[in-house]
Amino acid sequence: MSSTPEVYLDSASSTRLHPAARETLLAALDRGYADPRRLHAAGRDARLLLDNARAVVAECLGVRPDEVGFTASGTDAVHRGLLGLTAATGRDGIVHSAVEHSSVLHAAQWRESPAHAAVPVDAHGVVDLAALAAAAGAHGVGAVALQAANQEVGTLQPVDEVELPGGVPLLVDAAAALGHAPLPRRWDALTASAHKWGGPAGVGVLAVRRGTRWTNPFPGDDGLEQPSGFPDVPAALAAAAALRAVLAERDEVAARQVPQVDRIRAAAAALPDVEVVGHPTARLPHLVTFSVLYAGGDEIVGELARRGFGVASGSACTASTLEPSHVLAAMGALTHGNVRVSLARETTDEQVDAFCAALAEVVAVIRGRAGL
Amino acid sequence: MSADIEIDCRDLPCPRPIIELAKALPEVPVGGRIAVVARDPAARYDVPAWCRMRGQEYVGEELADDGAPRYVVKRVS
Repeated sequence: MSSTPEVYLDSASSTRLHPAARETLLAALDRGYADPRRLHAAGRDARLLLDNARAVVAECLGVRPDEVGFTASGTDAVHRGLLGLTAATGRDGIVHSAVEHSSVLHAAQWRESPAHAAVPVDAHGVVDLAALAAAAGAHGVGAVALQAANQEVGTLQPVDEVELPGGVPLLVDAAAALGHAPLPRRWDALTASAHKWGGPAGVGVLAVRRGTRWTNPFPGDDGLEQPSGFPDVPAALAAAAALRAVLAERDEVAARQVPQVDRIRAAAAALPDVEVVGHPTARLPHLVTFSVLYAGGDEIVGELARRGFGVASGSACTASTLEPSHVLAAMGALTHGNVRVSLARETTDEQVDAFCAALAEVVAVIRGRAGL
Repeated sequence: MSADIEIDCRDLPCPRPIIELAKALPEVPVGGRIAVVARDPAARYDVPAWCRMRGQEYVGEELADDGAPRYVVKRVS
């Protein structure tokens, strides 16, 4: 183990709590414990904090507070959002890009439908818009899901150019993008996850625009008031505070991260038989993925961890299943030797340079071990 | 599909089948074919990706006699 603290380059999996969230959380912990539906003083206080959290998140998303609900997680928001759309339309078919988050794929698998379709992407991971529109027009389609940005390779999807048949709602999974890149405006339902933007875990966001037919697909009351049961009021407020702070500093942080990622892209691409994956420009500012031929993803992650760098991998040997990443497979990218680097807001140029040097060393060591 | 040589990577985990493929390539002449038999699910994507990255030609996939996937590559350089 390295004696210096690990350089955390896995913000896309989960982000360190933003200082604004931490401050708010500590202050709210002593106040937001009561049931916000009760009429006593403690209940009213909790209600005030929860309403405040909803109002802030709504403002950040450009919607009204009653169009926003807090869920138990980003995954929960996707499940409720997507299945709530198909429940309301009465058509089970879900059309989605082939590179959506697993929560979308799982929601589609929940009920079988001949109208389900996974729409192909190009080598950069950009969805085929014509194929998406064609699939959405099939009989029995109740909803379409398209992410704002891809969680594994950072590619932005052309959501605002999506054209769908009337009556087919669009859910945009913004979990990877919110706080990092401007969001598309074209959506009927939108989901996100607070721990991806610097809020606490256990807070998902489901936004449903007025006029969109949506109903709670699971047992419980309808509406967005308490979709996943008793809300964690302090966490919701902390998530809202983090979101506001992150959006206020987004351009400044991105201006730092874009060239940092460009340096990592160039350093990775300069190594023999290493392929950088994902769109070079239409991408998230803080995320870069590449695949190293002849190296195991777990080997690279392990060797980098030994040198003090924490990164993720989409390779099968590092996943909970033996199947390789469906995202990399859909793009035709190499699925082994995969590394995803996602910068934090505080990542420095010096850390990026040290990472690039460590990467070159690690790749040489692993290749040497393989006899190549 | 016929092949000049066949390498048995049935029980090798990712990325070993691709490493063995790269090591065996020089053993076939340019224009020759090499077959990789591998159960590792990543090989389905990584054999074609290797061909693209290394400038070789991916011919296709079939099943070996025992049902294991068999990937055929043509050496073009």
